[in-house]
Amino acid sequence: MSSQDIPEEKHLPSEQGDAHHGGVAVADDPFADPGLPVHKPRIQDIDERAAKRSERTVAMLFTLSMLATIGFIVSYVTLPVDKIVFIFPIGKVSALNFALGLTLGTALFCIGAGAVHWARTLMSDVEVADDRHEIAAPAEVKAKVLQDFADGANESGIARRPLIRNTLIGAMAMVPLAGVMLLRDLGPLPEVKLRKTVWAKGKLLINDNTNEPLRPEDVLVGSLTFARPEGLEEEQHDFQTQIAKAALMIVRIKPEDIKDKQELEWSHEGIVAYSKICTHVGCPISLYEQQTHHVLCPCHQSTFDLSDGARVIFGPAGHALPQLRIGVNDEGFLEAHGDFEEPVGPAFWERG
Amino acid sequence: MSTATNSSAAGAPGNTARKAPAGERVADWADGRLGIYSLAKSNMRKIFPDHWSFMLGEICLYSFIIIILTGVYLTLFFHPSMNEVVYHGSYVPMQGVQMSEAFASTLDISFDVRGGLLIRQIHHWAALIFVAAMLVHMMRVFFTGAFRKPREVNWVFGFLLLVLGMFTGFTGYSLPDDLLSGTGVRFMEGAILSVPVVGTYLSFFLFGGEFPGGDFVARFYSIHILLLPGIMMGLLVAHLILVFYHKHTQFAGPGKTNNNVVGMPLLPVYMAKAGGFFFLVFGVIAAIAALASINPIWALGPYRPDHVSTGAQPDWYMGFSEGLIRAMPGWEINLWGHTLVLGVFIPLVIFPLVLATIAVYPFIEAWVTKDNSEHHILDRPRNVPTRTAFGVAWLTWYVILLIAGGNDMFAQYFHLSINSITWFARIGFFVGPVIAFVITKRICLGLQRRDHDKVLHGRETGIIKRLPHGEFVEVHEPLPQGKLHTLTSHTQYAPIEVGPTVDENGVERKVKAGEKLRAKLSKGFYGENTHIPKPTAEEYKEIQSGHGHH
Repeated sequence: MSSQDIPEEKHLPSEQGDAHHGGVAVADDPFADPGLPVHKPRIQDIDERAAKRSERTVAMLFTLSMLATIGFIVSYVTLPVDKIVFIFPIGKVSALNFALGLTLGTALFCIGAGAVHWARTLMSDVEVADDRHEIAAPAEVKAKVLQDFADGANESGIARRPLIRNTLIGAMAMVPLAGVMLLRDLGPLPEVKLRKTVWAKGKLLINDNTNEPLRPEDVLVGSLTFARPEGLEEEQHDFQTQIAKAALMIVRIKPEDIKDKQELEWSHEGIVAYSKICTHVGCPISLYEQQTHHVLCPCHQSTFDLSDGARVIFGPAGHALPQLRIGVNDEGFLEAHGDFEEPVGPAFWERG
Repeated sequence: MSTATNSSAAGAPGNTARKAPAGERVADWADGRLGIYSLAKSNMRKIFPDHWSFMLGEICLYSFIIIILTGVYLTLFFHPSMNEVVYHGSYVPMQGVQMSEAFASTLDISFDVRGGLLIRQIHHWAALIFVAAMLVHMMRVFFTGAFRKPREVNWVFGFLLLVLGMFTGFTGYSLPDDLLSGTGVRFMEGAILSVPVVGTYLSFFLFGGEFPGGDFVARFYSIHILLLPGIMMGLLVAHLILVFYHKHTQFAGPGKTNNNVVGMPLLPVYMAKAGGFFFLVFGVIAAIAALASINPIWALGPYRPDHVSTGAQPDWYMGFSEGLIRAMPGWEINLWGHTLVLGVFIPLVIFPLVLATIAVYPFIEAWVTKDNSEHHILDRPRNVPTRTAFGVAWLTWYVILLIAGGNDMFAQYFHLSINSITWFARIGFFVGPVIAFVITKRICLGLQRRDHDKVLHGRETGIIKRLPHGEFVEVHEPLPQGKLHTLTSHTQYAPIEVGPTVDENGVERKVKAGEKLRAKLSKGFYGENTHIPKPTAEEYKEIQSGHGHH
């Protein structure tokens, strides 16, 4: 920063017609508060024609708002609710939503714009100062309040009669327990509900897309198949709760590529069935990488290796996906050999 | 009425008894019962200072009102029920699909109620803007030190409004029971399950049994439309009463002191400006709702716990919690037949801690500074480098978590590896705020130096002048006194010292650990390298007299 100051220059803007600054101020405290600046009039304050112009602008905005409201009513009455129109550059939109939104927006915005323009151009813009007062009360008020409190407390006798005080505290402490008790029936106790699914020995694996029982030949290498247990139908009242635990994903891996011994044992000709519910916080896993046999949860990117016991190889999940032991029944359909041996879905305290 | 009768009865003949105008008579009636004249005396011409950043709080207030208005409309059509129905409405792709009544009625609002989609979109857009405006409003209050005495309590009220606003938003967007919101609720259930000892019970009590059960929409509905907004309404009224009671803060400037408030009166200027601003905010949000679709629940369909879409994202204000859970490694400890799900539980604990840091900051600063005086003049952020740096560090933290929360989106749009983004977030969570702190502090000091030079040497005018001996110099114009005052009126604190630990008789004084910590923090806040000393009047006079600079 240069220090080439030429304060004696007379043609500087600050020196022109403003002798107040400079020498005078330097004499005592140059940083002293000069007080509120003098009000500078706006064009509307001195020119009646400009004020009239502002008045007309404000009135025009308010009138525009009225017209927009009429436009809103007309749109509401005339446009069919299912009409789709192409609006550049947004694309295809509901004509009614578009018209109602823009007319309502205009009606509201113009009221606002008119009011603000009115305030800025026609109402007084003279800045005034108002005094503040300390928030804390003066000493005598405080003394009076403390005395009043002492008098009141004294008259109640709460200090002299500890029996009343203590029983009151006890009663007040206990009565909320009634409210807490009432929350008990918000839900049943967990018991073993999170440990069990509707899978059981002999249940067929139903393809979630075709609703047909799966045969081993339906499951091709490189494809990801979603399945649910036989007998679980969408119409059932607890379908959502049951499918939240029972959802299954099935892939076929060449048996020689399966690294985990138990996984191989629980599979059928390289067909492995794993819980679809992520062990992190329960999202359904839906992304499958054919080459590596990795599956990825789209919610938080936990990645599991299906060729190695579905162990976690990346992301925030804490443990492997549970595997369902499967085989083929006499008719050649894939079936479960039992329920999952460990709880599916997110971990919880009692999981162990 | 009675006033007019009384005055005419009392009026002497010839004295034309004035019949008060209707408005005055209504006001008299109300005053006789509510005391409105006394209330209006102190408030009708109340002075409010003008600054663009003071409008941020107004945006919060107005979007809240818009949310209430549109929300009431939506309750007239929404069915908060998880009963399964088969859809037969006018949206063809969903006809015959089994879904909850909540989802079906949301489709009806969107496709069969005229203007229903508009109101739904205004409601949702206003909610996003509400939370965003609260965060930005809090940043304004934070960086200008407006939270200092006497406004700490109001800061806490505002903080609670932010947190409640986030949860009201979460419970709200969970109501339609669509595929995206159901995924968010599942995330919440998984997080609750991770709580040691009681997590499973909490989850069963919240959902009325196993997830998803048939209860949560109805329960969230009562929380979303009654419980949380009810509390927020109370806090909001308290917040505004305190704003009126404390009177608004103002920036330093000529004529502005700690004992006055300079601006324009509520009636008429701020009635028109603030009232008009409500319509501006409402109008803009309505236009956004007309032009930009938000949460098109029909695109993904109803929730099924075994279905999911890619790119699932919460609304932006929940994004940082999403980031916490995505960045956290999947730690799990199994001991004595129990599971400690640290990979989920630690983020669940950090989530409120991240927020609580900003809630308690005013109290920490007050304790460190031992400053017990009222502050009505706002700080310029550069003049309080440590606070400003702390605020920017917090924001950096927040933004890194937001990035982590959208790691799949960033990976997709910028063709990056999702693993490297996650690792960036894991390291950035610890390192980012520190770097931001150091850089911000240096920038603040740089700006202070510039102010220092501007005060002493004036403004660079850009006018180049050739001196008689051929030298070229740039003309510096001295600042007007008002500007000099503005740039030098801030207080520069000296750090608190513990003081001598041994008195004059050689007796050792015990210094409490708290005192020592305070002295340390105070040194960090106000010690060396935390500010550029303000120019003094002597320095200024010496330079201005023309001899000081050669």
